[in-house]
This record gives sequence, C-alpha cells and structure tokens, in this order.
Amino acid sequence: MSDAGETLAIETDRLTKIYGSGNTEVVAMRDVSMQVHRGEVVALLGPSGSGKSTFLTAVGLINPPTSGRVLIGGKLVVEGDVPHTNLRSFRRRHLGFVFQKSNLIPFLSARENVQIAMQLNGDTPQSARRRAQELLDYLGVGDRGENLPSMLSGGQQQRVAVARALANHPSVILADEPTAALDSHRGRQVMELFAKVAHEQQAAVIVVTHDHRSLDVFDTRYEMEDGLMRLAES
Amino acid sequence: MNLALKDIRYSFGRFALTTLGVGMLLMVVMGMGGIYRGVIEDATLLIDRVDADLWIVQRDTRGPFAEVSRVPPSLVHRATAVPGVASAREFVYHTIQRERNGKPLRIAVMGLSWPTDKGEWIALTGGRALRQNHFEMIANESLGLPVGHRIELGQETYTVVGTTNNMIGSSGDGMAFVTVRDAQAIQFDVPGEAVRLERAAREARGRRFDLVAQQPMLLTNAQRPGSELPAVARPGLSAVMVSLKPDADADVVADIIGGWGDVSVYTSDGQRELLLKGTVEKIKRQIGLFRVLLTVIAAIIMALILYTMTLDKIHSIALLKLIGAPNTVILGLILQQALLLGAFGFAIAYLVGQKVFPMFPRRVLVTQPDLIQLAAIVLGISILSSVLGIWKALRISPNEALS
Repeated sequence: MSDAGETLAIETDRLTKIYGSGNTEVVAMRDVSMQVHRGEVVALLGPSGSGKSTFLTAVGLINPPTSGRVLIGGKLVVEGDVPHTNLRSFRRRHLGFVFQKSNLIPFLSARENVQIAMQLNGDTPQSARRRAQELLDYLGVGDRGENLPSMLSGGQQQRVAVARALANHPSVILADEPTAALDSHRGRQVMELFAKVAHEQQAAVIVVTHDHRSLDVFDTRYEMEDGLMRLAES
Repeated sequence: MNLALKDIRYSFGRFALTTLGVGMLLMVVMGMGGIYRGVIEDATLLIDRVDADLWIVQRDTRGPFAEVSRVPPSLVHRATAVPGVASAREFVYHTIQRERNGKPLRIAVMGLSWPTDKGEWIALTGGRALRQNHFEMIANESLGLPVGHRIELGQETYTVVGTTNNMIGSSGDGMAFVTVRDAQAIQFDVPGEAVRLERAAREARGRRFDLVAQQPMLLTNAQRPGSELPAVARPGLSAVMVSLKPDADADVVADIIGGWGDVSVYTSDGQRELLLKGTVEKIKRQIGLFRVLLTVIAAIIMALILYTMTLDKIHSIALLKLIGAPNTVILGLILQQALLLGAFGFAIAYLVGQKVFPMFPRRVLVTQPDLIQLAAIVLGISILSSVLGIWKALRISPNEALS
C-alpha cells in the first residue's frame, strides 16, 4: 500500500451481483468487500468469468450491484441498486476509465478526446484545450494531439485514453485489461504509467489484468474466482 | 466543441450523399408545390392580364374557362350602350393542335378585339403588337415561333410579329394572340370539300321550297360562301369583356346586364373563382395530397437515416455517457445533425430546383411564402425524425462502451 494513501478512496461493502432469477440465476459477484486508498495501485487478477469486470462496473457506477454498498471518497454512492447521487455526474467528476481497447471517440482528435471530458465537466474550451495538451505532453503523445484515433498506434491510443481518464483530476481510475491489445513492452509502459499517475496525482487505481509480467508495478493484488475476492499471495 | 459538426466532418462523404438524397426528395416536394402554383398562375393569368371588370357569358353557363359559352357578336354593342360601361371587347378563346416538324404543336388561341385591342397590354419580349386586323400573331415563346416566323393555320398563313413569355393557357399550352376574326377563322375552318358539301346541301334544301321557283336568286345566294350570306349569322363569341368607367358601380352595371335573358354576367373575381373551383380544384387536391404524401415519405426517410446515423454512433454515445456526458449533450448531437441534414437538404432542393424547374414542360412557380412554408415543414420533420434516433440514444447504456 502506498504511504501516501491515507485517505480512503474506494470502499465496497459486501457487494453482490446476481444476473437472472430462478433456474437461470447466476451469481457473478458475492459479498465483495475491499478498500483502496488514494495513491494506491491495485491489480485485480482472475480467470475470465470470475467477476472482475462485474466488480469494476459496479465500482464504476455503470452496472449497479444487487446488494451491498459502494463508497467513494467516503461518500455513499450506491446501496444495492439504489443510487444515492446522480451517477453520471459523479462519474464525470470523480472517476476515470481506461479499457482494453482504447475506446476513443473516432470523430474527435486525440486532444479533443481529452478536451471533451473537461468541457463536459464545465471547463472553458480554452482551459480544457490547454490542459488536454499538457496531459498529452505528460504522457508522451503531445505531438499526436491533432491526429484522429485511427492514425495512432495501439500504445498511443491507450496513452490518450489514460490522458482522458486523468482529465478531471479523478480520485479513482478504473482500467479493464488496458494492456490486452499491446505487446509486452508497451503493456509494461502503460502499467508503469498507471503507477506514476497514482503516485504523482494521488488517485486510486484499480487495474483488471491477465498480464502477470507487470505485477511488480502494483502496490496490492487481489484475485477473483467464482465471484469471490481475496488478497493474492505475493 | 460541437460534436455534431465533428461527426459530420469525420464521415463527410456519407453525410454529403445522404443530404443530397434528402435534398432531391425535398426538391420533389418543392416542385409539386411549384407545379400547383404554376397551374393556378397559368389558369388565372389570362383573367388577370386582360383586365376586364365584367365578363358577359352565355346564359346559365360558367363562362368560357369552365365550359363552352356562345354569345352573339352584337352583344358587344349592347354592352357598350349600358350606362357606366367604358368599353366592351370580344373574347374568343380556344385551343388547337397542329403538327410541326413531326411533333404536336398545341396553341391556345386568343382573339384580340381589333381595333380596340391590338395587344398593347401584352408584355412583349420581342417584335411589336398587332398593326393589321389579319394574318399577324403574337406568340408565347414556349411555342417556339420566333418573330418573322410564318405558320399556316386553316386556310391562311400568319406571321409572328411579336413574342411574349409566361402567357400560358389553363391547359398549359402556350398562347397565340390574333384578331378575333382570325381566331374565328382558325376555329371554324373547315376543309374545302366540307364547304362544297354544305353549299350543295343548302341548294338541295332550297329546291324543296316553292319560293325558290318564284325567286331563283335565292338559290344562287345559297350557293355563295356562308360569310357572304346576310341570313347566316357571324360565328359566335366565347364571351364579351367589359371595362367600366372609373365612377361606375360594378354591381349596378352587372344587375342591368344580368337582367337580359340571353346572358349571365360575372365580375373578374367571380370568373376567377369559378375557374379555380371548377377546372383547377381537382388538380389542386391531387397535387396537395401527393405533396402531403411526399412530405410524410421525406419525414420517414429522414427518421430512418437519423436512426441509422445514431446506430453507427452507439459506441461513441455509450462512451460519452460513461465519461459523464449529460443527456442534453447527446440529444444536441442528434438534433443538430437532424437540423443540419434538413437545412442542407432544403438548400440543395432550392439550388437544384432553380436549375431544374425551368426545364419542366409546365411552369413550376416557387413562391416565397411556399418556400417559407416548406422550410417550416422541413424544420418540423427534422425535429420529428430525430425523435427515433434520440429515443434510441437515450436507451443506450454506458455498458455498451465496454462491449
């Protein structure tokens, strides 16, 4: 755990997600409780279908749990499937997402993809543009700011996606297999980037990954299997 | 940052082609309205241009524009004698079809009441008005008869001395103006053999009367041309047009003339109304219904296009929702694209229509009020057609971004 992670960024309490009902009922996640502090980088490991993405979408306020609570920055956000705040607005202000594929908006340039997140949060176009360019420079893709996503390599697209995730100074960054489409060298670079961001910007980062080659980058590792979560052995 | 414009710029080729298609469809809608206006304009043009205060027509008929009307030539003199009448003119109007260069040539022939009316009121695009009471013609440009051109109609050859444009009969045929006498000669022209047969028939009928035995000259007269016979009336007129003195009361004059047993009288507005309610009413309804149908089709097509455009953006919309974009941003994206599609489509319809409509065989008259009305309709269907896309967009879950 990071020394800087004194403040609790994420807390989940007995999160359970059940799909279907009766004979078709599937428990995707069962009584998952965890805590992640600011500046902490957490890896979430586990085979396909173990409930990692379900957990991530529940914490990301995209797919509410069937029961349990999610607290972000000490604030109760979701209890069961009942939201305690405007989830979309909350996501915009406090959460950043990075996915397996870069998931950039294809008709916006790299800079605009970052800029739009800030403008949606109320920044002026001028300040959003300036900060978007700073973020791209910080992540080493400043010279590709005017290119459309289709003109960028996979690694460059992921860096732009990370820049977008950082745009609104989120307290939590959630990444779902962000290196799956990258070679090992690029994959490690992205993982190191998350660690750098978490430590420098005091954000809590949860990364779902299958990539065991970069596990040394993470402060904490959890494993999921059959919907249950436990701390992984070092 | 305008997402709608960014998306259009990204897929410009497809948007341009789609807009072109919508524009062509709107051009057809615009054209149908223009054709309707053209029909009205053509139908009422003559009534408006000849500037008559009253129309005297055959008793209990609706006038020469609605049905056959026959009044005697002497009616002109009777009308002139009515207090308040400034002048009365003969009106002869009929349509003929001849062949020219292997193609049918339809002419709406109107007789000018020589010497009162030499066609000075006609806006000429070339040549001059009539200067003699026979064998001269003013032709509408659509007939393709230039100044100096000579054309045979009936037994005579007519020289085009002037040209005009936009003078179209209610049936859409270009008009030709000759004197009333010439118009009647063209209308009642019969082949020589028919004339000879008619004379022989008159002679045969004459022989059956005892009076012929006492006065043989009667039989000689019967063999002469009809126009030389005092007992045979001149061909009838279609109507008589009356112009009133400035201080005359039209209702009073109409009451006097309407009291005569052989004629009916209408004001210019009355004649115009009869024309519109009679001959033009059905085509008005037909074109109107067709226009409504086309507008509905345009709306359905636009809705499908916008729905498809939304489907293509499902992932981007889900992503926008995921990063916290409020619904207004997504709604604005689709609505702005719908409005741009409608606006560009309308502009294409107008610009292409300006080039294409003049090539139509009948006049397509696109008036400013009609343009404004269509613009409002396009605005309406743009908004309505975006509803389907907006409905779909609002149902997209941010989860879609992860799939």
